[in-house]
Amino acid sequence: MKHWTHVWIGTMMISKIFSAHPVLDHALPNLSDYGFFAKPIKNHVPINDVLPYKIASPLFSDYSEKLRFIQVPVNETITHNEENELFFPVGTFLIKTFYYLNDARESKGERRLIETRLLKKTSSEWVAIPYIWKEDQTDAVLALAGGRKNVSWIHSDGKPMSVLYSVPNMNQCKSCHVKDNVQQPIGPKIRNLNIDFVYNQVSENQLQKWVKEGILDSFKDLSSLPRTVNYEDPHDGTLDQRARAWLDINCAHCHQRGGPAETSGLYLNLEEKDPSKLGVFKPPVAAGRGSGNRNYNIVPGRPEDSILEYRIASTDPGVMMPELNRKLVHHKGVKLIQEWIKAMPEGK
Amino acid sequence: MIRSILISFVFSSILFAEFESDLQLKLILAEPGDTIHLESGMFSILGTLSMEGKNNVVIKGSGINGTILDFSTQVEGAQGLSITNCKNITLEDFSVQDAKGDAIKCQYVNGITFRRVKTQWLGGPKPTNGAYGLYPVQCKNVLIEHCIAIAASDAGIYVGQSEDIIVRYSEAFDNVAGIEIENSTRADVYGNNVHGNTGGILVFDLPDLPVKEGRLVRIFDNIIKNNNLDNFAPKGNIVGKVPAGTGIMIMATEMVEVFQNTIIDNKTAGTAIVSYFITEEETKDTEYNPYTSSIYIHDNIYRRSTMIPTLDHDIGILLFFHFFRDIPDIIYDGMPDPRYVGLNGLVPDTRRLCLRDNVDASYLNLDLSKNFESWYSPFLSDFNTDDNECNCTQEPLPDVVLTLEH
Repeated sequence: MKHWTHVWIGTMMISKIFSAHPVLDHALPNLSDYGFFAKPIKNHVPINDVLPYKIASPLFSDYSEKLRFIQVPVNETITHNEENELFFPVGTFLIKTFYYLNDARESKGERRLIETRLLKKTSSEWVAIPYIWKEDQTDAVLALAGGRKNVSWIHSDGKPMSVLYSVPNMNQCKSCHVKDNVQQPIGPKIRNLNIDFVYNQVSENQLQKWVKEGILDSFKDLSSLPRTVNYEDPHDGTLDQRARAWLDINCAHCHQRGGPAETSGLYLNLEEKDPSKLGVFKPPVAAGRGSGNRNYNIVPGRPEDSILEYRIASTDPGVMMPELNRKLVHHKGVKLIQEWIKAMPEGK
Repeated sequence: MIRSILISFVFSSILFAEFESDLQLKLILAEPGDTIHLESGMFSILGTLSMEGKNNVVIKGSGINGTILDFSTQVEGAQGLSITNCKNITLEDFSVQDAKGDAIKCQYVNGITFRRVKTQWLGGPKPTNGAYGLYPVQCKNVLIEHCIAIAASDAGIYVGQSEDIIVRYSEAFDNVAGIEIENSTRADVYGNNVHGNTGGILVFDLPDLPVKEGRLVRIFDNIIKNNNLDNFAPKGNIVGKVPAGTGIMIMATEMVEVFQNTIIDNKTAGTAIVSYFITEEETKDTEYNPYTSSIYIHDNIYRRSTMIPTLDHDIGILLFFHFFRDIPDIIYDGMPDPRYVGLNGLVPDTRRLCLRDNVDASYLNLDLSKNFESWYSPFLSDFNTDDNECNCTQEPLPDVVLTLEH
């Protein structure tokens, strides 16, 4: 407890000494200083044009639950182009809080807030600003160096679980949120946002709501926009679509052209069409023991011979994928990928 | 009551040791011109230490054995130290040991110096060790000097997909590959002591990578001795195909000059010049060139005690059947780049393998294209051992010139 406090207090003191660091031009000491939420802020009731949202297929992060919000500066809008890329105005905040329910079976039950990550669009790029919630849950405090916490809860199967939860430091934020050396949001893409959200008991398409609220430029034809399937819903899309959605949100932030793992030549983003780039009969490049004595990233029909399966099912820091933000195995995700590989026709 | 205790959250106190959090904070807040000093001693680190987006920073310990960053209890992150997207970074006078993955990885760094830095896995050669010791990838202006790399399960010193590289005055042993230059352009590797690895120095070009067509590599004034360690790379890794007892291996690349090295007692191949076909791997990469060309090997000293080559590898077995214990020093697979083969069947000197003035060097052309069918019938193979077919010279390659701040 003492050491933990020391980390964030130490952060604050040193922040003052090194005030020239660019993130500190944007970072306020406490989450409450931004005025995103009504007090007590732990309830996350948004004010000041802050809108909640969710994404179609979420990243697995050790079974933590997430709350997502966006704040677009007044009189500004998010624009988009023919390729359905979003361009956020300077001053936009993306706000994401990670928490655990004390009992995962009771979604309205007690919860513990762990961290809140802000992404702020500045004139040059997106800046990541991490906050860690105080023990008493009254506020979250700037913590550039991140931290670790032991967290325990009752899992959805009723069994107790625990994890050494890791709050990433600023550099680690960028190690996922980077493309072509520029920090980027990962989740808020048109195809991930094109789903319904319940606003004050009224369900509405998120993109439509954003257009209505005046924070997003309108579309010629909303119904023609792409949507990522929800990999958690076995009735949504095909097995291939669900597996690709899982790989896209869990792996592709690094494993795409221009991403930090492009050196591997393994590209797992939804847009990738080339089977060998997706790993089919592709030998590893720099996997080391991450290969698990298997020869190829994917051997069609044989998940048990595929490096991809080995690495997502591992919890060894030198083996597991993704490298960060995971200590536990996402069993449903592993099962999905196993089924996907198994369903591929065997042979070269 | 028990239930409420069970479900309450437990926050542990010693999860983030002070040294680690202080150092991580310094790495985040460093400003141009800063030197981050690491004190003397051994420090246990639980997660990857990372530096990102910095310009002109030195991380300086108290000596190659003075400051030891120990990752044997690492719980997260796939590297010991990770440096990304930086300019002019110098790492000096410290040691990284027992990282769960790679020891020191640098990516997208222009200007990276490793000076008196050691990476090692204390338990010696093991497939469970991390892949790379010193690992710059997609970097420019790379200087590695007076470093030591021990027991990596892939390469001790590995420079990949990079440009303008000097690796000098360093020592690598107990690794699968001592020093590896892969898919990189303009590298000078000299004055190193590379011994007791599976393969000493490798210059490779591999397919399916965003940066390919490595070239212009010079290997000179190195001692490459006794690289006979059993290959302990985890299966699937290309380095696992390197036969134990390889001194220098040049694969699928071009414009490589190897000179004035002392190449001693590497039991299977003092120097091998081979195409990618030797790996028996397929590739669908249409932009990839699997052949070697413009390789000039001259003024090296070869010495070899009579030794049986590795029998864990097809080539070793082949060599054993043919030559028993007197294996040729320089082994060429005889696969010239078809682009350079003229109508008369000849390759111009500038694009060939040239051998000149090597001391005590015997030669073997495996003539893979002709012998491929009889590959597994070693007695049927027809090999040429007359190095007169490589009697030519090439223009020396230029020195590598780096642009570095410190």
